[in-house]
Amino acid sequence: MKKFTTLSSHIIPLAIDNVDTDMIIPAQHLKSVSKEGYGENVFSALRSMYPDFVLNKPQYNTGKILVSKENFGCGSSREHAVWAIQQYGIETVICNSFSDIFFNNSAKNGLLLITQPLEVINEMLAIAEEDSTAVMTVDLPNQSISYNGKGYHFDYDGFRKHCLINGLDDLDYLMSHTSEINKYEEHHGKA
Amino acid sequence: MKQNIINKIWNTHLVHSKAGFPEMLYIDRILLHEVTSAQAFAELKNRNIPIRNKHNIIATVDHSIPTDKNRIVIADEIARKQVDTLRANCKETGITIYDIDSHHQGIVHVVGPELGFTLPGKTIICGDSHTSTHGAFGALAFGVGTSEITHAMASSCILQDKPKTYRVEFKGMPNQYFTAKDAILKLIAEIGIGGGKGCVIEYVGEYIRSLSMEARMTICNMSIECGARAGLIAPDATTLSYLEGREYAPKGNDWEQAKQEWLALASDEGAEYDYSITIDITGAGPMITWGINPEHAIALNETTPAINAGGDKATLEKAYAYTGLQPGQSLVGTAIDFAFVGSCTNGRIEDLRAVAKILDGRKVANNVTMYIVPGSEQVMEMAQAEGLDKIFAAAGADFRMPGCSMCLAMNPDKVPEGKRCISTTNRNFIGRQGPNSITHLASPQTVAASAVLGKIAGQEHLA
Repeated sequence: MKKFTTLSSHIIPLAIDNVDTDMIIPAQHLKSVSKEGYGENVFSALRSMYPDFVLNKPQYNTGKILVSKENFGCGSSREHAVWAIQQYGIETVICNSFSDIFFNNSAKNGLLLITQPLEVINEMLAIAEEDSTAVMTVDLPNQSISYNGKGYHFDYDGFRKHCLINGLDDLDYLMSHTSEINKYEEHHGKA
Repeated sequence: MKQNIINKIWNTHLVHSKAGFPEMLYIDRILLHEVTSAQAFAELKNRNIPIRNKHNIIATVDHSIPTDKNRIVIADEIARKQVDTLRANCKETGITIYDIDSHHQGIVHVVGPELGFTLPGKTIICGDSHTSTHGAFGALAFGVGTSEITHAMASSCILQDKPKTYRVEFKGMPNQYFTAKDAILKLIAEIGIGGGKGCVIEYVGEYIRSLSMEARMTICNMSIECGARAGLIAPDATTLSYLEGREYAPKGNDWEQAKQEWLALASDEGAEYDYSITIDITGAGPMITWGINPEHAIALNETTPAINAGGDKATLEKAYAYTGLQPGQSLVGTAIDFAFVGSCTNGRIEDLRAVAKILDGRKVANNVTMYIVPGSEQVMEMAQAEGLDKIFAAAGADFRMPGCSMCLAMNPDKVPEGKRCISTTNRNFIGRQGPNSITHLASPQTVAASAVLGKIAGQEHLA
């Protein structure tokens, strides 16, 4: 897994609630047996339907930080949504809240998800609207964001932070507890 | 300490727990399908990690496969490769696959329960968000991504934060046209598509107890549509009678012992929950969605909401623009082009019987294409044995082979651009049933009545 420490970029403002994983990557694009090749189809339906969709705007669409509103990543459990976002070039998503499955899938691929209060989200979206070139810096070790001369703190789970900064994945952690799994199975059987 | 069923199952499956770390939860059962498993097999191979318990895993093909009669040949080359990859992976690892013509192929969430692979008190994962379906049996069943499939295959464990618990009680008795689908749509409309976030829901109440296993599966299936991590119903006599004698269910003395253990899973009297809500369904009638996500649901006899009725205004505006509807209108009478019966939500035998009852002696309207796609080969064979296939054919509906089909349009079954479909499925997201298609979610009965009348209608509108 790729390590994450700090990131600086202008932001992609996606000012809607409930971005679902069908929007992020429609089912027609899920037929591959590999983890690669999804980036070009990220938000493909919205990009083709709405000419003013944010990823069609050159001043925004090269950003590495996506800012959206409530309940991002809801719907289907497809991890392809995380792969598509990352392969497009986005490394951090900032929202008021995330769906549970998307949250878990992101942590396992090194996509940093940050939650912020809705007032802060709206403030960030307004700044980006005004000045598409404004650069945001996300600092994971210090759990801080700076944008347009202002600093923000974000909460982040200690275990996931450790994994992201060091590029470790959960499988190593699980396999390091094999003796406990053996003990569980001796006691409970193998289901 | 008094415990609810969710915490009982969670606590007995904890392998390792440490402050500041997610909990290591033992997973009893894994269900695989072609779309989300290939990368998991590849990862294990790359890292040279064997599958820990292959007997706790079954696989089937559902999402990408065609539903026409000669489905053996998959014309779409990429879909064919995906299906063939699953076949090869199962063969190589010794995992049981219920393939086409095994009599048990079908939508993974229909097949698991039919085989008795889904059992009370078990923890179950599948790379599909509608894994919550299996909660109908009193199992703790999570939809997960490919990474967690990999983890569970390698270690029989996944890492998860402990969920919050949410008690949802349906109170009162509805009118005769109200179904389990309407109950869950009503809940989602009430608490919103993020209302269950971070939670596992337990559904309780007299109405829930009155429901068949099929209907309970419909309710648990859509738990994810209000953002819940899972939904479940405590096992009772209905659960036991459904499971007895099924292939993977315990037999003999084991069955007798299992029964006692399963009934003891019920939440203790007075157990606490993090959240609770009571949904009054006294006299309630059928529901239907009008917009672009499942919380955009109203009763069939209501009118669509005003733009400023609450919620995100931009989403409501986008929803009206996309569906071509106006605030304050009734959906009844809106012309439809497609009617779809099927999916892990409503593709079981009871759903097909309800549809056949309405179509018997009637015709699907000329302007409507109707697909009826059984959830599994078992459902299909039962429908044929009961003569439902003949009723569907006489009505002019297309009774097809089992799979996910038009629910998510991954295979060739798509609603064409700009066409309107009334559907028994679970998501009305933009483009879900095909690019630029419009979806209205409803019960099988409402879909069948609408197909006959050629426009959105309830059973009560039928002559």
